[in-house]
Amino acid sequence: MAAAATSETGARPSRAGRRLAAPAWVGTVPFLAYVAVFLLLPTGIVVVDSLKNPNGAWAFSNVTELGNPLVRGYFIGSFKLCVLSSVSGAVLGAILAYAIASGNPDGTVRRLYIAVSGVLAQFGGVTLAFAFLVLIGPIGLLIHASWYFDFPWGIGLIYTYFQVPLMVLVFLPAIDGVKVQWREASENLGASAWQYWRYVGGPLLMPAFLGGLLLLFANALSAFATIQAWENQIAYIVPQQISTALSSEVGLSNVNVADLLALGMVIMVAIVMTGYALLQRRAARWLR
Amino acid sequence: MAAVTALNESPAAASAGQPRGMQLRRRRRLNVFRYVVFTVFGLFFALPLLAMLRFSLEGAKLGTWSLTAWRQIASYQNTGIPPLISSIEITLELAVITCVVMLVLLVPTMIWIRLRVQWLARTMEVLCLLPLTIPAIVLVVGLGPIYNRIQHYELSALMLFWVYVILALPYAYRALAAGLSAIDVTTLSEAARSLGASWFTVIVRVIAPNMRQAILNALLLTAALVLGEFTIAYLLLYNNLQEELYSISRNTPNAGVVYSTSFAALLFAFVLLLILSYAGRRRRGRG
Repeated sequence: MAAAATSETGARPSRAGRRLAAPAWVGTVPFLAYVAVFLLLPTGIVVVDSLKNPNGAWAFSNVTELGNPLVRGYFIGSFKLCVLSSVSGAVLGAILAYAIASGNPDGTVRRLYIAVSGVLAQFGGVTLAFAFLVLIGPIGLLIHASWYFDFPWGIGLIYTYFQVPLMVLVFLPAIDGVKVQWREASENLGASAWQYWRYVGGPLLMPAFLGGLLLLFANALSAFATIQAWENQIAYIVPQQISTALSSEVGLSNVNVADLLALGMVIMVAIVMTGYALLQRRAARWLR
Repeated sequence: MAAVTALNESPAAASAGQPRGMQLRRRRRLNVFRYVVFTVFGLFFALPLLAMLRFSLEGAKLGTWSLTAWRQIASYQNTGIPPLISSIEITLELAVITCVVMLVLLVPTMIWIRLRVQWLARTMEVLCLLPLTIPAIVLVVGLGPIYNRIQHYELSALMLFWVYVILALPYAYRALAAGLSAIDVTTLSEAARSLGASWFTVIVRVIAPNMRQAILNALLLTAALVLGEFTIAYLLLYNNLQEELYSISRNTPNAGVVYSTSFAALLFAFVLLLILSYAGRRRRGRG
């Protein structure tokens, strides 16, 4: 579809737009410049600075500091929290998405849940930590959970709160794409409900599910506000340690700690998001 | 298993009613499943919010009710931090500025690329979705030097909008791209151009009005994002709503005003998105 549009629009404006002296791409310069200054430049600074020592001299050996036990500990903490919250969020979100998709496509329940998901998926800020503090924290109204300040269980539960809605938003289109006819066809061939999910529905939805899982992982990895408001004394995960490093340069000597940790995060997210893109492409094959 | 036996029996009965009966049973089971799921998740989503609401209405003595915390939103002030109301103002202003800049930057560029520079479309998409891949905290580390330069001019927290536009890019882009692909941009622009419209008229008066819903969508997502942003403001030492709430909670643990303000902000975002959801449906229904 996109390719067809390309050839059409590509050919015609050359006839109509002769009047303009400047080439057409000049119109995109403001946008490109903005993105370059506020997105590409900062990222470039992080990469370059992480490979320098504080005096400004090149030090490629910095990268080996990512293997430093202290640094590794934060990455392991991040990894634990991300796996816990993304797996629980993806499974629960998929169940909820299925329940939503199997109802009236224009019903109130569906619209309400989609609107709520839209808000709550963004609701990862400090507010969320406050909400759980008064629900199950030491001053909780529901219970006083003794594990509230345990890492990663307490914070994992809090993260699940914004992971589930995100999964619903990501996974719902995939479930909507599963056609009733497939179910009917497999039933006519004598398949049980379990057989349908095992051999038809499951494999069809698997790429979309795994894609959603990876997106949730990346989402949890970059979250900072919630955990900062949950517990600000001890740093468990990489973003917290970056924050500490930014306000006080202690810890590793001779390294731009914040930049190095940030570089590690970029690498981690890049791997995850590449997997996500590949899975999305695979999932899209069935959905059109 | 039950479904298989039911199917084996049906040829003998050879009635049209049998498969429908099976579907009815499945439908009933599905409905039970749906109600259980909706109830459980409804509780999971609602309980923390209700706890927050209850706590915001807590009186001086535990278990009593009072509106003090809600009244405090307008007047709360603590030593060492700016008054709460000023940070609310700043955040709302930031939301407006970010929305305007995002629109001015993104809408014409997207339409222009669609019409005239198709070969840049892929680059644009990658650039717009890139902020999803680069965590905000990484952006802050790199932005430090740039913002230090800007700070030489002693500017206010409003300067945060420069980054917020970047953070909003993926969401706004997706909303706008959905709207743009739903209309026939080429035909619209050709019609307008052959009637003598300038490119400016084509973009602003012909195509943009046709994607009103998408623009509204992008605006609301951007506004919601700005209202909830904490990381960048906190680390660049600017004061916005979330940062202020965080500071208050650190200075005065369990301050009721934190909960009333948080709840009000959330309610605000929710009402915005609910309005959007209903507005979108009505337009679809008419068309």
